Amino acid sequence: MTESVGLPPPGIILVLGGLLLPLLRGLGPAVALLLPLLTLGFIWGIPDDLTVTMPFMGQYDLTVLAVSPPTKVFATIFAVMAFAGALFAHPITGLDSERGRRWRVELPAAFVYAGSAICVTFAGDILSLFIFWELMAIGSTTVIWSAGTKAAGRAGYRYALVHFVGGVLLMAGILAKVFALQGAGVADPLALHHFFFGAAGFEGLSFGSGDAAAWLILLGILVNAAAPPLGSWLADAYPEASESGTVFLSAFTTKTAVYVLMLLFAGTQLLIYVGLLMAVYGIVYAILENDMRRILAYSIVNQVGFMVCGIGIGTAMALNGAAAHAFAHIVYKALLLMSAGSVLYMTGKRKCTDLGGLYHSMPITMTCGIIGALAISSFPLTSGFVTKSMINQAAADEHIALAWFTLTAASAGVFLHAGIKFPWFVFFQKDSGLRPPDPPWNMRAAMIFFAAVCILLGVPGLYGPLYAILPFPAAAGETLYAPYTVPHVINQLQLLLFSGLAFFALLPVLKRTLTITLDADWFYRRLFPGVWKHLLRPVVLAFREFFDYLFGHLPQMTKDVVYSPPQEGRMFKEWGLGGAMVVITGFLFVYLVLGYIAA
Amino acid sequence: MSLEDPRTIRKLWTGSLVVLALLVLADFWVMRDPHHHAHFGVDGTFGFYSWYGFGVCAVMVLVSKFVVGLILKRKDTFYDD
Repeated sequence: MTESVGLPPPGIILVLGGLLLPLLRGLGPAVALLLPLLTLGFIWGIPDDLTVTMPFMGQYDLTVLAVSPPTKVFATIFAVMAFAGALFAHPITGLDSERGRRWRVELPAAFVYAGSAICVTFAGDILSLFIFWELMAIGSTTVIWSAGTKAAGRAGYRYALVHFVGGVLLMAGILAKVFALQGAGVADPLALHHFFFGAAGFEGLSFGSGDAAAWLILLGILVNAAAPPLGSWLADAYPEASESGTVFLSAFTTKTAVYVLMLLFAGTQLLIYVGLLMAVYGIVYAILENDMRRILAYSIVNQVGFMVCGIGIGTAMALNGAAAHAFAHIVYKALLLMSAGSVLYMTGKRKCTDLGGLYHSMPITMTCGIIGALAISSFPLTSGFVTKSMINQAAADEHIALAWFTLTAASAGVFLHAGIKFPWFVFFQKDSGLRPPDPPWNMRAAMIFFAAVCILLGVPGLYGPLYAILPFPAAAGETLYAPYTVPHVINQLQLLLFSGLAFFALLPVLKRTLTITLDADWFYRRLFPGVWKHLLRPVVLAFREFFDYLFGHLPQMTKDVVYSPPQEGRMFKEWGLGGAMVVITGFLFVYLVLGYIAA
Repeated sequence: MSLEDPRTIRKLWTGSLVVLALLVLADFWVMRDPHHHAHFGVDGTFGFYSWYGFGVCAVMVLVSKFVVGLILKRKDTFYDD
């Protein structure tokens, strides 16, 4: 093992470089395109056995750089995504235009976010993983806020709160485990391998007291993976970002969660069911949705569900499938959101009910959107066909009937809710009369780049380089997976085209309405505020006089009884101190009673 | 040729239905392929992927619309203050 001290992980280039961008003024946009490529070069230059440590708090070493089996595939696509996102967000109208001013906040934030995600994939211990995990939350929240609208401000606030709660769960689990390890006399309690709960150390559905750490960590990660009911933040917040902000957001948070789940919980049976729930939930909500970017947001949950299910299955085929699918997914999902973002940018409209007939005037946006839609649906000759199929194959190989039949149904459902629904309602259906041209060159270039990747990855013979960087590459002379067999191609076409038939046969039922569908965010957007407003606040107000009297007179009465006035001057502010004393005494009393009951 | 023209739409429907019929018939060929392999029995039967693709999608649309939608659908101004 090569050990090195002082070399930072490659993601730091994006984090620090991103923060310097606004200072570079006119050079910033060009440098923004180079930084991800530089990062990508470093990612590929790092030997697999290199480990970099940093001293931490005197007694520990933080392993800020170590290469795990899935590191390369995730770090690579994160860097490529940062490049395409920067190209799409390029401030073509100048830095002093409205778009340029937004760029000066959004792009540094997006690079901090992307760079931290890359750092997570290189983290060699649980603490450095956690630090970059939280830095991602800060970066992504800033990306949402940089849209500058009131709705984005509120959605970003809710997003931040949910992610900090997720972070607290994760930290609590980490601390519980670290203290347990320290208690057992382990010398390196932060080392990542102690947290590999997987199938061996963590039986999915058991809930013994010893599993508390694993459960907390799992919940913390599932918040970021957007597993329902913990994942309503995704469809709430992502569509409120700018047209370029949403593209960045779609890539990193959920896929970093997939990476960490793969590392820590591979083979945890519970994740099969969590993944299936996500896959179906995403379809149902996307079918009902009217906002084009929210449709795509729900379909992120659907697609991440395939990956989470693959991680739960936990075989080499399933994990390869999950990693490959994360790679392909980032590209086609960004492409779909770029297509939707271009429509939003050119028309200012985001609801399917306001759109339609754009094929007349936006041919490039439409073609790229359709290529993304075909790739997400795993059409033969697109990236999804050579990646997602591995997860289905793993479910079949392991004879997990529920997983296979649900994933196959979800594969058909993907074509329905994203593959046809998005292009149909935006570019075809009724003619909205809108005739905007295709977006500026940088947005077209970013879309064409990712559309090309979607197709090239699906061409027989060209997906080899992707298969070569998967967590479990094929042994020399062996084939990792052969997607192009006659039955697989024909069966996939049957599944998808008959799903298409169902779409058009049921089109009257699918007609868009000006509605949203309530999700778990209702609890913290309506129920909790409602309970405060209609229940707790009136109670507090009703007791106001009582509290006023208590805080106003009790200290004076206490003072009169037990306290003789000082002879000279006033040493204390008796009034304030007295009030605080009453509160503290009250709390102590409550704790005493609770402690007594608990004992 | 415009996509809004009813004649074009009719031609597209006819063409699509022919393609779908050919795809179902392709199972005769698929079932003789050496790679054809049923893991759960029913998935190896004639026309499985066709009816399953159509059936599950129809069920998902109807359940979304008439069960989930009925309970959880609200006006899109619901959260606006």
